[in-house]
Amino acid sequence: MNDSQRFTATPFTHAKESREKWVKYLMFVVTLLMAMPVILLVSYLIHKALPVLSLEFITDIPRNQMSAGGIWPAVLGTIYLVTLSLLVAAPVGVMAGVYLNEYATDNWFTRLINLAVINLAGVPSIVHALFGLGAFVLFAGLGESVIAASLTLAVMTMPVVITSTREALSAVPMSFREASWNMGVSRWQTIRGVVLPNSVSGILTGVILEVSRAAGETAPIMITGVTASLTFKQGESVYYLLGEKFMALSYHLYYFSTQWTPPRLVIDDESGNMVPMTQAAIEHAEAIPYGTAVVLLGVVLLFNSLSISFRYYLRTNRKW
Amino acid sequence: MNSIKIKGLAAIASGLLVIGCGKRDGGEGAGETTNIQNKGSDTMLQLAQAWSEMYAKKNPDVRVAVSGGGSGTGIAGIINGVVDIANCSRAMKPGEAEKVKEAHGVEASQFIMGLDCLAVYVHKDNPLEKITIEQLGQIFGEDGTITKWSQLGVDPPEGKDEIVRLSRQSNSGTYVYFKETVIPEGKSFKPGSLDMHGSKEVVELTAKTPGAIGYSGMGYATDEVKMLLVAKKDGDKAFAPNNENALSGDYPIARPLFMYTLGKPKPHVKAYLDWCLSPEGQKVVEATGYVPAPKK
Amino acid sequence: MELQRTKWKAFYEGLIEWIIRICGISAVIFVFAIFIFVFWEGKGLLFSENFSVWELLTSEKWDPTHEPASFGAARIILGTFSVAILAMTIAVPFSLGGAIFISEFCGTQLKEILKVVIELLAAIPSVVWGFIGLTIMSILIRDLGSTTGLSILNGAIILALMSMPIILSISEDALNAVPDSYREAAIGLGVTRWQMVYRVLLPGAKKGLLAAVLLGMGRVVGETMAVLMATGHALNNPFDTTFPFFHALTEVKTLTATIASEMGEVERGGDHWQVLFLIGVLLFTITFIVNMTAHFVVHGVKRK
Repeated sequence: MNDSQRFTATPFTHAKESREKWVKYLMFVVTLLMAMPVILLVSYLIHKALPVLSLEFITDIPRNQMSAGGIWPAVLGTIYLVTLSLLVAAPVGVMAGVYLNEYATDNWFTRLINLAVINLAGVPSIVHALFGLGAFVLFAGLGESVIAASLTLAVMTMPVVITSTREALSAVPMSFREASWNMGVSRWQTIRGVVLPNSVSGILTGVILEVSRAAGETAPIMITGVTASLTFKQGESVYYLLGEKFMALSYHLYYFSTQWTPPRLVIDDESGNMVPMTQAAIEHAEAIPYGTAVVLLGVVLLFNSLSISFRYYLRTNRKW
Repeated sequence: MNSIKIKGLAAIASGLLVIGCGKRDGGEGAGETTNIQNKGSDTMLQLAQAWSEMYAKKNPDVRVAVSGGGSGTGIAGIINGVVDIANCSRAMKPGEAEKVKEAHGVEASQFIMGLDCLAVYVHKDNPLEKITIEQLGQIFGEDGTITKWSQLGVDPPEGKDEIVRLSRQSNSGTYVYFKETVIPEGKSFKPGSLDMHGSKEVVELTAKTPGAIGYSGMGYATDEVKMLLVAKKDGDKAFAPNNENALSGDYPIARPLFMYTLGKPKPHVKAYLDWCLSPEGQKVVEATGYVPAPKK
Repeated sequence: MELQRTKWKAFYEGLIEWIIRICGISAVIFVFAIFIFVFWEGKGLLFSENFSVWELLTSEKWDPTHEPASFGAARIILGTFSVAILAMTIAVPFSLGGAIFISEFCGTQLKEILKVVIELLAAIPSVVWGFIGLTIMSILIRDLGSTTGLSILNGAIILALMSMPIILSISEDALNAVPDSYREAAIGLGVTRWQMVYRVLLPGAKKGLLAAVLLGMGRVVGETMAVLMATGHALNNPFDTTFPFFHALTEVKTLTATIASEMGEVERGGDHWQVLFLIGVLLFTITFIVNMTAHFVVHGVKRK
C-alpha cells in the first residue's frame, strides 16, 4: 500500500464521523433545552407585568389595600436586609477565608472547618429560618425584626464569601508573600498590604453573590420578621427601625401570589366612600405580583451580572 | 475605584443604621401622630387595612399600623407587649390566655368585630346547589363515606367523579373553625385533602378544578366559582351565605372575627375600636366581604 | 537589618491574629449553633411521654391540632423523597449531557456564553421559581390530566431546573479533572470522541459525578419556597398498589413546606411548635448526611 491509500477514509470512518456529528448536535440541543424554558418563562413574566412596570412602581407606596400604587417599602426592606447582612457576613467571611488560606495548617481541625463551611452552605433555608427564630428572635431577644432577619441571612450567606475569599487569596502567587516576609514585614501586614489588595476583586465577586442571595431568599425572613403589609401615610418618608417588622420583595411576591386577593371595594379618594374598582385598576392589581417578580429577578440578575463581569475584568487585567 | 465603592457602601450603611436606631413618633398628644400597632390574622388583613385607611381619612393624626403574620403572631405580640390590638380569626387558646396573665397580670379583652361567613365553594359548572352539614362531614371527615360526586346525586363537570377536597393548613383559624362546626365530634379531617395555605388559593384552585370542593371566606368569592347553600340537617331549608343569614344564625358556618387588647384598651385604642364597631366602620366590614358584627 | 517592633505592634498583631482565628472557626460554631438552637426548641416534645420518634417517622397520621394530636410524618417524608427523586431523574440526564457538551465538544466562545447562562439560571430566587410553578407550570400540567396542576411533577420539574446548574458545574469540574492523558490515549487508539466520553471519561470521573448528583439531591431535599408553592400540599401517599405504582400527578406535602406553612399561626412553645422544630432537626440531619457523603466520595479522588 502506498501512502495515499493508507489514509483515505473508509466507509467505517465515515460512519464514525457522522455519528460523532450527531452526538455533538444532540449535546448542543440538550444544553440549549436547559436555557430555553427559562428565557421563555422570563419573557412571559415580563409580558404579564407590563401594566405596572414603571419607575413609579418601585418608588410609590402601596395604596388601596395594596391594589394600587407601588412596592417601595418592599424594595427598601430588601435594601435594609442586604446591607445589614453584608455588614456582618463580609468581614467575618473574609477574615475566615484569610484564616483558612493564610494561617491554617493542614491538620484535622482545618479539615473540620472546611467540612463545616460545606455543611453550612447546604443547610436548608427553612432550617436557617428556625435557627434565626430560636437564636436571634427568641434567645437574643431581638424579636421579629429587621435586625434578626438580617443576622439570619448573614449566617446563611457567609459560606459564599468564605469560599470566594479563599479562592481569591489562593490565586495570589506565593512569591508575593515571600518577598514581603523577606523584607521583615509581619504576617498580618503582608496580608493587609500585599495579599488582600491583589485579591479584592475576587473577594468582591463573592460579596456580590452574597448580596444577590440575601435579596432573593424568602424562607429565612418569613418567620423572623417579614410581614405582608405595613401602613404608611401618603407623603411621609418611609423608613424602618431596626427592631421593627418590615416588608421585603421576596416575601411580597409570595404573599401576592398565594394569599392576596384584589379587594372588592376600595376607598375613593374624593368622596371617602367605598366604591368598586375600575377595570384599569383591576388590571393594575392583577399585574402587581408579576411586576414584583420582575423587579426581584431584575435586582438579582443585575447583581449576578456585575459579579460575572467583574470576574472577566479580573482575568483580563491580572498583574501576574 | 474600589475605595469609592467601599466608601459609598459605608455611607449607605451608616445612614440606615442611624435611622434604624432612632425612634418613631409615638404616644399621645395634640399635634403629634399617635400610633396604634395592629397585628395578626392574615384572613383579617385586608379588612384591617381598609379600616386603617378609612380611619386615617377621618382622623389624620392617628396612624394604625397593620401587619399580618397569622393569628398566632398577633397573640404572641400581646404576650410580648408590642402590639396594641391583635387580630385573630380564632379564639385565644387557654394556654395563650394563661401566658398573657403570667406576663402582664391582666387578662386580654376580647372584642367581636364581625363575622366571617365560610362559604362552601364548588366549580361554577358543578350542578350541585345545596348541601347539608352532615354531608360535608362525610366528605371532609375521616371515615366519611362520600368520596364521589355521584353519591351526592350529581354529574360532575367533565366527568371527574372523584371529589377533590380543598382544605387549609392545620393551624389556620379557618381550618379549626370548619372542623369544629362540620366534622363529627372526636374525629378529624380525612387525609388526602389539598391543604392550601391561603384563603385565596382555595377559591382559585376550585375555579380551575372541575371536581373540587373547598371552604373559604365568603369575601374571596369570584365569578369563577359557585357557593353552595347549606342546610343544618337533611330536610331543613338550605341557606345561602350572606349577611342576613349569618346574623340570624340560619347559615350555620359563620365564625366571629376577634380583636384582642391587653386588659382594657387605652383611650385612643378604644376610640378606634369603637369606630370600627360603629355603622361607618361596619360598612367597611361589609365592603370587604365580611358580615357586620351581631348586635348585642 | 531587622525592623524593631514595639510592644504595641506585637500586641496589635497578636490581637488581629486572634480575631482572624475566631472568624475562621465561626463556620464550625454556626453549624453547631444551628443544630443546638433548632434542637433546643423541640426538645421538650422529644422527651415527653406521648411522643415517640418512631411514630414521627412511620405513622401516616399528621394531625397536630387535633385532640389528641398525632405527629406522624411518614407521608410527608415520602412526599419529600418522591419529589426529590423525580427531580433528580429529570435533572441528571440533562445536566450530565450539558456538562459533557461543555467540557468536551464545545468551542471556547460558546463555552463562556453557556457558563454565564447557567450561572444566571442558578441565581434565580426560589420564590420566583415557585411563582412560575404556581402560575405557568400548573396550566401546562393540567393539560396532562392532573386535576389541579399542582403535584409532584410540577415541583419536580421546577426543582430540576433549579438544581441543574449545580449538578452541571460540579460534573463539569469532575470531567475536567480527568487527566488529558486519558483522552489522548483513547484518541490515539482510534476511538471517536463520543466513545471516548462513554468508555473512558465517565468511568474516570465517576466519583465526582456521583458527588454532583448527591449535592444536587441535597439542594432539592432542602428547597422550601418552590415546593411550598408548587406541590399542592396534600397528605397523600404517592406510592400504592395500582399501576404504575408511583403517581407523579398526586399532590403531596414535603417536610420543608410543612414547616414553612404551619409556622405562621402556631402557638409559641406548644406541641405543634415543637414538632415543627423537630422536623427541622430531621431535615438538618438528612442534608448533613447527604453533604458529608458527597464530600467523602470526592475526597478520595479530587486533587487540589
